Amino acid sequence: MLAFLIKRIGSAILVMLAVAFLAFLIFAVAGDPVEMMVNEQATQADRDALRERLGLDQPFLVQYFTFVINAAQGEFGISYQTQRDVMSLIASRLPATLELVFIASMLSLIVGIPLGVITAIHRGKWFSEGLQFLSIFGVSLPSFVIAILLILVFSVWLGWAPGFGRGETVALGWWTTGLLTPSGRNAIILPAIALALYEITLVMRIVRAEMLEVLRSDFVKFARARGVPRRIIHYRHALRNCLMPVATLTAMNFGTLIAFALVTETVFQWPGMGLLFIQAVLNLDFPIMAAYLVIISAIFVTLNTLVDIIYAVIDPRLRQEKV
Amino acid sequence: MPDTAPAEAVATASPTAEPVLSVRNLSVSFPGRRGVLKALDDISFDLAPGEILGMVGESGAGKSMTGLAVQRLLEPPGHISGGEVHLLGARIDQLPESQMERLRGKQIGAIFQDPLTSLNPLFTVGHQIAETIRVHLGASRREAMDQARDLLRRVGIPSPDERVNHYPHQFSGGMRQRVVIALALAAQPRLIIADEPTTALDVSIQAQIMSLLRRLCDETGVAMLLVTHDMGVIAQTADRIAVMYAGRLIELAPVQEVLRQPRHPYTRGLIGAIPALRKRVPRLTQIDGSMPRLDAIPPGCAFNPRCPDAGPRCRVDRPELTATPTGIVACWMNAGGVT
Ligand SMILES: Nc1ncnc2c1ncn2[C@@H]1O[C@H](COP(=O)(O)OP(=O)(O)OP(=O)(O)O)[C@@H](O)[C@H]1O
Ligand SMILES: [Mg+2]
Repeated sequence: MLAFLIKRIGSAILVMLAVAFLAFLIFAVAGDPVEMMVNEQATQADRDALRERLGLDQPFLVQYFTFVINAAQGEFGISYQTQRDVMSLIASRLPATLELVFIASMLSLIVGIPLGVITAIHRGKWFSEGLQFLSIFGVSLPSFVIAILLILVFSVWLGWAPGFGRGETVALGWWTTGLLTPSGRNAIILPAIALALYEITLVMRIVRAEMLEVLRSDFVKFARARGVPRRIIHYRHALRNCLMPVATLTAMNFGTLIAFALVTETVFQWPGMGLLFIQAVLNLDFPIMAAYLVIISAIFVTLNTLVDIIYAVIDPRLRQEKV
Repeated sequence: MPDTAPAEAVATASPTAEPVLSVRNLSVSFPGRRGVLKALDDISFDLAPGEILGMVGESGAGKSMTGLAVQRLLEPPGHISGGEVHLLGARIDQLPESQMERLRGKQIGAIFQDPLTSLNPLFTVGHQIAETIRVHLGASRREAMDQARDLLRRVGIPSPDERVNHYPHQFSGGMRQRVVIALALAAQPRLIIADEPTTALDVSIQAQIMSLLRRLCDETGVAMLLVTHDMGVIAQTADRIAVMYAGRLIELAPVQEVLRQPRHPYTRGLIGAIPALRKRVPRLTQIDGSMPRLDAIPPGCAFNPRCPDAGPRCRVDRPELTATPTGIVACWMNAGGVT
């Protein structure tokens, strides 16, 4: 177990080092930051002083090492455009993104699980096959198309919910939440649906597949043989046994959703990290781009590592059962 | 005597008691692309209270199918295509599913082959037993849990007060099968269908489980259909033996009679295959060949290609079940000869 832990965490760190290297390369590709930061009248001495202050006179590897050390402490420098600390900029945008992704994840479970159960139980009936067919759209339609359609229908035509911004927010310490105000709750509906649609179909398909598998198992047959009503067999015995893979999927995909949120945030002008990143790309604000890349990857890698470790903790019991 | 109608020929062990289960001319079919497969063909037998009927036969003979048909748990497209099933005098083969659901567990208990996969790994054994009790007897949660403890004690699980809160994976194979037996008994059924209850267990534990089942049948008067392909198990536990071959019942008689004087050549072969009993039947120790597939059953007696005693008649006409002094057998040797 300890060996596994070391191996798994070691590989997570390696991945992060590689990501940090890519992020670091952004600066190399970007050209000389000194030229971007100083004004026209700066003397060569000024430039050299700045270069030294930024550590740009150091060898390449040393610079990379410094970047990693700083990044590990959450220091990504100063935004070229706004001259503000990158980390605090991102921190101010983080709650919006996390709330959006959280609501989308919940939606995918609340809608996806019942749909999966129903399509499994009523396999072969028209509405079950219909849902299964519709879910193909959910998987294959690009999310920006879905977002635009949602805005068009529910915001522009019907005027049910806003298709723009985050509404009013309330500050809880450094965290700002839109979930406590009516306008904030209204504003999150459409972007959350747009972001969740893909995940809903994924959850539905996984639950359906798992249910069909579990419904064939001996303990379900045995439960039928001892007269347990179908409803209880389906929703208590069978569904319970499907939740593990669903929980795994949801945890693993949390990171993916954060990345996908980039598109949703752009279409809905949702003031999250994704929008910040897109604006940074347009403004060639390299420190923000690098920080975004590193932070998203860190969330991603952490979740995956955690899920793997939790599985390894649970696995001995499962293996023991199979003896 | 050879012309006795099969339905009348099916005697119970104690003819006075009303049978718990009465199966008459039962057929099960699977409609398929290449025609209809008859997995069970005209099966008839009775089960008296407290009686254990051992059902033997090669793999695919239709033993499990018989139990599933009685419980109405056949996987579609399989269905009962003929005959009747009576439980405690009431016909159940046509009951709607909702009423059948109430009989399962309540009147008909079940024991499956593999205790490991029969239990839901995510619930404690107490929960699963109490669930069965509550579904059928409407007891409160506390009462049901108390009864679950009693049941665990009755099936011989040590320290039931603790064990009731344990999960299936915390039990050994033999103990787990005892839990399954407790589940089968939970709602005090009149009939138990046990499909190879000891096949998945260690040999040393098999005997314990079988004697437990025997004791429970004697104590509670529950009747049991004991499916197995282990003649040894049946010889020790059952009252009567039913021998199945290619979806047909070919011999049914009290255990001692069958062991002493098997009438069907196939039964003789089966008994010859038990090491401990081999001395008694020195002539035939192994049956050559294998059972025909359901879509390739030969005309006449299904066993004729493998039968050492087959004559011309066996290849043309199918033998009906006819009475012997102690039971019934479907063989031309008992019905006027093979020629
Ligand atoms: N879905 C199905 N479609 C067609 N035939 C089937 C189907 N399920 C089972 N059968 C057939 O029914 C027959 C009886 O099977 P059954 O399970 O009762 O055998 P068994 O005597 O219990 O054998 P075993 O000792 O292997 O458990 C087999 O020949 C099998 O091929
Ligand atoms: Mg079987």
